[in-house]
Amino acid sequence: MENLEFGLSLALVGMGGTLVGLYLLGLISNLLLKIFPVKSRSADKENK
Amino acid sequence: MLDIAWKTFSEGVMNLGFNEALMILIGGLLVFLAIRYGFEPLLLIPIGFGAILVNLPMTGLMEPGGLLRIIYDAGIVTELFPCLVFIGIGAMADFTPIFANPRILLLSAAGQFGIFLTVILALMLGFSKVDSCAIGIIGACDGPTAIFFSSQYAPGLLGAISVAAYSYMSLVPIIQPPIMKMLTTKKERMINMGVTKISVRPVVKIIFPIIVTIFVSLIAPKGAPLIGMLMLGNFLRECGVVQRLSNTAQNELANIVTLLLGISIGATMSGDSFVRLSTLKVFALGLVAIVLDTACGIFLGKLMNVLSGGKINPLIGAAGISAFPMSARCVQKVGQQANPQNFLLMHAVSVNTGGQVGSIVAAAIMISLIIKLGLV
Repeated sequence: MENLEFGLSLALVGMGGTLVGLYLLGLISNLLLKIFPVKSRSADKENK
Repeated sequence: MLDIAWKTFSEGVMNLGFNEALMILIGGLLVFLAIRYGFEPLLLIPIGFGAILVNLPMTGLMEPGGLLRIIYDAGIVTELFPCLVFIGIGAMADFTPIFANPRILLLSAAGQFGIFLTVILALMLGFSKVDSCAIGIIGACDGPTAIFFSSQYAPGLLGAISVAAYSYMSLVPIIQPPIMKMLTTKKERMINMGVTKISVRPVVKIIFPIIVTIFVSLIAPKGAPLIGMLMLGNFLRECGVVQRLSNTAQNELANIVTLLLGISIGATMSGDSFVRLSTLKVFALGLVAIVLDTACGIFLGKLMNVLSGGKINPLIGAAGISAFPMSARCVQKVGQQANPQNFLLMHAVSVNTGGQVGSIVAAAIMISLIIKLGLV
């Protein structure tokens, strides 16, 4: 029971931490693109 | 005199036990798989040969002062080899795809969920808390990270975890496609995400590794050796003024360390420590970890598809693991099977590149947690 509790807590904190960590990293990447604007960026978003 | 000669020359043969003979065969099998089928040959050749060497009786190679013991102590016990390998990986990596759609990094996070879910399964199978964490790391699909973790916190499982991690990395093209097809509808697999082209200013590429190092090291300080060396390698590549160092990191350094790392791992595969039920359990759990990573990535991809109004192909979520670029290629292949006009490679590469960082973030968080909990 103690092991299961540990596993669930670790999973919750670990998955949450990884998700938040990478989300923030995504925000930082976005910020970098805004501070140093990209010279040419084209997107063709056609959905078929 | 004849009696002494007989004793001398028969000593090795007489001391060859069943476990050692079996491990010599397994070492030979690894070498065969690497040569015949091209399964991670850079690692499996030295691992297989190391496994053969260490199981030859009376050689003393892994005893104090023995050659393999010296290499093992110098590079594995000190965590030096996995960290040096990361310099090479960083120098070879191009993180530009991350900038194509930074929000997609969330999928790279979901690709690490299998690590934590596998820890629960390992605990239920009777492994200790720290050993369970080490087994879960196989799900990162990241050999050096798995070695870094297990060498420090679960040395008894180092051989099994390392071989499982590298074996499953090479088997990603076989493991992932059936799961992708099983968990998605043809309509979802047909979603065309279009083509996104991106050019990033060199200054962004230079700043990125420094910022990632600081950011990850601040939220999970114990991951600093891993993320720091990965990003150092990438910085050498992107800064543009140390081409020689970048080339050395990508070639000579990476090759030498890979060789020594492989031999050291092989050296842990002695018959008495490897031929156990726990080794089979580690291999089974490693497979489960990768399956769960793939499934979690696809499920988050489905969620993002709904939230984006049907613009995200859930398949790209499967690329959130660290096995680069095999996983991205699988996504491209499965996507094109459903819709020949589909070109998901660039999107999948973005997620796959994020997965390389994500696996280190997940491992760093896990290390920080087990240290804070006083488990090591």
